[in-house]
Amino acid sequence: MASGMPDSDRRLLVVRGLEAGYSSFRVLSGVDLEVRTGEAVAVIGPNGAGKTTLLRAISKLVEPTAGEVWLDGQPLAGLPAHRLPELGIAHVPENRRLFPRLTVEENLLMGAFPKSARSQWRERLAFVYGLFPRLRERRHQAAGTLSGGEQQMCAIGRGLMSGPRLLMLDEPSAGLAPVIVQQLFALVRRIADEGYTVLIVEQNIQQVLRIVDRAYLLETGRIRAAGPAHQLLASEDLRKAYIGL
Amino acid sequence: MNRLPAVALLAVVAAVPWLAPNDYVLHVAIMMLIWAFAYTSWSLMGRFFLVSLGHGGFMGIGAYGTVMLWNHFGVSPWLGVPLSLVLAAFFALAIGIPCFRFRITGHYFALVTLAFAEIVRLVIVALRDHTGGSLGVTPKSALVDGASFSLTALQFADKTVWFYVALAVWLGGLAIWRAFDRSMLRYALEAAGQDEDAAAAIGVDVTRSKLTVTLISAVATAFAGALYAQYQLYINPETVSGIAISLQMVFAVIAGGMFSQLGPTVGAVVTLLLSESLRIFVGHDVHGLDGTIYGLLLVLFIIFMPDGILGKLHALAKRWSGGVGPATAGSRRAVAGPGRAAADEAGPSPP
Repeated sequence: MASGMPDSDRRLLVVRGLEAGYSSFRVLSGVDLEVRTGEAVAVIGPNGAGKTTLLRAISKLVEPTAGEVWLDGQPLAGLPAHRLPELGIAHVPENRRLFPRLTVEENLLMGAFPKSARSQWRERLAFVYGLFPRLRERRHQAAGTLSGGEQQMCAIGRGLMSGPRLLMLDEPSAGLAPVIVQQLFALVRRIADEGYTVLIVEQNIQQVLRIVDRAYLLETGRIRAAGPAHQLLASEDLRKAYIGL
Repeated sequence: MNRLPAVALLAVVAAVPWLAPNDYVLHVAIMMLIWAFAYTSWSLMGRFFLVSLGHGGFMGIGAYGTVMLWNHFGVSPWLGVPLSLVLAAFFALAIGIPCFRFRITGHYFALVTLAFAEIVRLVIVALRDHTGGSLGVTPKSALVDGASFSLTALQFADKTVWFYVALAVWLGGLAIWRAFDRSMLRYALEAAGQDEDAAAAIGVDVTRSKLTVTLISAVATAFAGALYAQYQLYINPETVSGIAISLQMVFAVIAGGMFSQLGPTVGAVVTLLLSESLRIFVGHDVHGLDGTIYGLLLVLFIIFMPDGILGKLHALAKRWSGGVGPATAGSRRAVAGPGRAAADEAGPSPP
């Protein structure tokens, strides 16, 4: 089926009919999604829609039960999770998931673990510190002692250290103060402007739609709507159902 | 920079056979080295929060494997030891593969390995016709007609020889530790020990990394068992296998400090001094006293010195020298990282 991929030179990530779940409980029932190179794409939806599972299925932290995923034309079927970073997927998991006992800098350097990323750690570290000066100030501090916002920056920085072709962010705004969330989204936009392709999953619908190019609405494991972010933001149904305006 | 104290210390240790006033002191020194090697082997994985309570089993396999092959098949330890190590490696994989594949970690992993240690001891006891059961077994002596050593049987009457053998093995253990420290495997395990999913998400092959360290640790521990058997020329299920030995390792390592290269060695020295002085000064008059004191000390160590004696000393030294930054168990040394480690990669790297 590998040849069944719809061909388009700019499509970096293609997901077709993806199904995944936990033991007998199916969370995703046939998700189709595409991310083009250089794009920032959001997957929005309510709690329990399957957003986290979608990212985990793409990065193989859960094994999909059906469907296919291609990265730049290469099928990801059969590859274990730890092989994906060297292919160019960086998954910044939900709840940051830093290595709490390592320092900030060690956490970042761990992001350069894939063989393909090791030689460029210096430049990338400088880039990450430029993006998040706060992390440079705290680089010798144990990551577990950072504030929530700083931890999220550290997690994103760790993801950037592998120089990914696709940066996947899982709910980066979760548990952060509103003012920090705004700063964070501004930084995500900046990362996208730097040329990174970003796939972000968010519950914070209104804000994320202001920083991405396109979005998908995921509900109970299915894509219910898709389109340019400004269109979704203006959509009457979506406003009523999720934004509460 | 701290090469000089290390060399001086090594010189003193190497001079022990001349400094020791009698055979007893030399004997205790040899036991310290053998156990220090065993504890170092355990800590290779223990320091990454891969807590095995099964190393008593690996030690038993190394000891009994070697002696059984010699006694029943006349296989020289030169071949018997490697064969026993292969057996230990087999069991390490038999435990490790299913555990790591199915994400059996933490307490559950400790329980699985605990069962393994006890199974090994029970098998040794049950096969009493061959193993001597709980009475233990003595390797057939090759020292006939007043010979003081037999190279083929790896038996030496002279304790000085054993001292240097044990010293070399212990140094080998420290070298393995050091190679580990400089390898990418260490970073992989450091990450996996703290968060397996996050480690996989940055490209760490968690299963394989854990399996590799378990294999090395188990085989080294089995080697300690073989060495113990060849030196003591008497083994018994209680002294080289089972839960008791596993717990003895854990206790010594917690006492000494499992996060520093010399921590397990300090643990071996301290616990052996403790048990020997208890034996000499208290004797066996008060039944169970040594166990009680051990238990009490373990509790105190966990409360007041979770990083062990050496960990505590490091922290104190850092404070005195005005070092900055919070000293945590995980951030013990100056920042290095995959990039830098790759540049001067000396040790094995994860394939």
